Amino acid sequence: MTPTAKKSLNPVPIKERMKIPRQTMPEQAPQQRAHNFNEVNLGYSAELAQQEAQRCLECAKATCSDNCPVGVKVTEFVELIVAGKFLEAAAKIREDNVLPAITGRVCPQEDHCEGKCLLGKKVKPLGIGYLERFVADYEQKMGSRVLPSVPPTGKRVAVVGSGPSGLTVAGDLIQKGHKVRVFEALHELGGVLVYGIPEFRLPKRIIREQLNYMREMGVEFETDVVVGRTVTIDELMNEEGYDAVYIGTGAGLPQFMGIPGEHLNGVYSANEFLTRINLMKAYKFPVYDEPMLDLRGKNVAVIGGGNTALDAIRSALRLGAGKAYVIYRRSEAEMPARIEEVHHAEQEGIDFRMLTAPVEFFSDGKGWLTGARCVRMELGEPDASGRRRPVPIAGSEFDLPLSVAIMAIGTTANPIVQTTTPGLGTNKRGYIVASEETQRTTRKGVFAGGDIVTGAATVILAMGAGRRAAKSIHEYLTTGEW
Amino acid sequence: MFKIIHAQFLAPGIKRFVIEAPRIARKQKPGQFVILRIYEEGERIPVTIENSDPERGTINIVVQSVGKTTHLLNSLTSGDSILDVVGPLGKPSEIANYGTVVVVGGGVGTAMAYPTAAALKRAGNRLISIVGARNKELVILEKEMRVTSDVLMITTDDGSYADKGFVTDKLRQLIQNGARIDLVVAVGPIVMMKAVADMTRPERIHTVVSLNPIMIDGTGMCGGCRVLIDGKSQFACVDGPEFDAHRVDFAVLVQRNAMYRDAEQQSMAEYQGRTAEGGRPCADAPHGEHACLAASSGTQGEQR
Repeated sequence: MTPTAKKSLNPVPIKERMKIPRQTMPEQAPQQRAHNFNEVNLGYSAELAQQEAQRCLECAKATCSDNCPVGVKVTEFVELIVAGKFLEAAAKIREDNVLPAITGRVCPQEDHCEGKCLLGKKVKPLGIGYLERFVADYEQKMGSRVLPSVPPTGKRVAVVGSGPSGLTVAGDLIQKGHKVRVFEALHELGGVLVYGIPEFRLPKRIIREQLNYMREMGVEFETDVVVGRTVTIDELMNEEGYDAVYIGTGAGLPQFMGIPGEHLNGVYSANEFLTRINLMKAYKFPVYDEPMLDLRGKNVAVIGGGNTALDAIRSALRLGAGKAYVIYRRSEAEMPARIEEVHHAEQEGIDFRMLTAPVEFFSDGKGWLTGARCVRMELGEPDASGRRRPVPIAGSEFDLPLSVAIMAIGTTANPIVQTTTPGLGTNKRGYIVASEETQRTTRKGVFAGGDIVTGAATVILAMGAGRRAAKSIHEYLTTGEW
Repeated sequence: MFKIIHAQFLAPGIKRFVIEAPRIARKQKPGQFVILRIYEEGERIPVTIENSDPERGTINIVVQSVGKTTHLLNSLTSGDSILDVVGPLGKPSEIANYGTVVVVGGGVGTAMAYPTAAALKRAGNRLISIVGARNKELVILEKEMRVTSDVLMITTDDGSYADKGFVTDKLRQLIQNGARIDLVVAVGPIVMMKAVADMTRPERIHTVVSLNPIMIDGTGMCGGCRVLIDGKSQFACVDGPEFDAHRVDFAVLVQRNAMYRDAEQQSMAEYQGRTAEGGRPCADAPHGEHACLAASSGTQGEQR
């Protein structure tokens, strides 16, 4: 991790770079954004981006890249920003990451590149995510993308699911000359990027733009196809002539706690709550037909501490919730959510009730939620996840009046593909078994990755799996060896 | 876009559409359904598949006007298109030779029950069908059910056709007469399915119902369609829609299907306001205004 001696495009002497403060991301004021769905972060200007880029120490051994699930060449693209070569910087990122405008916004950089940045040991780490976002947005604004031209191989690949892992596979394989068709169950492309992540964190136009780019590269898309129901994996391979299939069907059905009252009206799963808002635009009812409960002035709580939980409760706040709680059974330090989202949520006035868990939901006697009995927790010994296990404190129960509760405590495996594909191996939790290295499943020519293999994880981890899968699908299609 | 090849009212407010959907037509099995969205701002609703023709690449769906979306859908006609149709969804009915099977269809539920009844007949069962409707005009698929059934009984709530009474009256008679019944399949309004379940439970007759909770994606993602089975959450879109009737908590289903009643009424009122101003055509309805402007008392979930 010693700074490099090679001639750098960065004019700032290494010693001076640490003195430059991390450039603050301009954002909508908390009081303002708590009432709209516009994006929270407004993006760096070219000037801010270049100032931030100058902070890079250009380590010879770039631990930032080593810790990126898709291996973005961070020091190289950052140096191009310093030199003002923004389009070249974007192209450099695209060598490894087909969705930079998306990862620049939603990737938990603190767990990957920025978490390993040498600067972070003394001062704040380099704003790698902000810089990635800047060049991706710049490229889009300039509208001058370079389309790769490759000779066709004649091989055809079916990608099941248009979420981050499926799109990564499609983007990588189309650049190898294979024909790629992506099948999506919903009416809109993007998977969790459209039904899960709200507009204020990832505007839909960003996703549409990335999809347009893929179309321009030749990727074909077909919506309204539930693979396993509308067509099976075997039919795709045997009747429709696909040489390989990638399964990236994503997270499955929401989990519930199994406590009394969870079936009451007013208790949502986070998936349903977010799908109504993001995919179906229920917050624009009655212009859009899909309804949702009126949250104005109501007490709303989300149960859980991940990104999904924060997306849900911050959406509730924007829809007028009077009180908006996060109820999480561990402490803030254990929250799996992106750190920036936690900060943003705190600024917006979300009320965090840490070390707390509901034990029962109450009704008005007519089937509608009126509140939750909660219990306070303390942290005991570490559990299987390595995090300290929350233990209820006897006699600490208290009641919280609530009109809406949103369960964001994880998901289970969607069974549709597994149950309709003979010979496709699954683990005891129902997820598809795939090699961690090659993403190969137990079926020849069939690969899988993302949440349907790992259980609920992040966009960037799903993209990492897509990257590995694309590489091994290409090998398989080239050599024919399994 | 999914093109409507043919559209015809089967009864006031109940319309059958033949839709070009080759992939779905090829895969559809009895007991399954589709989810559709008519236009960009539209909601996703589950709809019954009554039949399919894999050769022609078409499916038949049957829709009852209940709320705004179904009224709008039933104002469409041949040549129009539906933006999204996805399916076939849900697990197919379990078809086997059980012996004697009673299939009960209530109202528009008869359209869902029909393909299952026909498949059970083809599997060698003796098929007794009971079809119920509010009145004569609302009895649907009588001809189809008669052709496929060994015995067909029809009831109307008001006695305007066949026997006055409810489907459960006929089922009770069968049970009281000591008829051997190996399986009951009931599809219709929740109250009807619950009444059938309550009747067959003490007789220990295996009974299957097709549940119709509110649903959004229908593909095992959102969890909106959760139903309480033996006190545990299950999901109608991937675990159902058919469940053992004796394990279903019908009260919770009724309660959850009423979750958006206010919004549904608001939608419907606005839709009626617009159609009254000449917004959407209703001309092809045999009973014109009646079919289009029928009061909305149902819910989003009640299409199936």
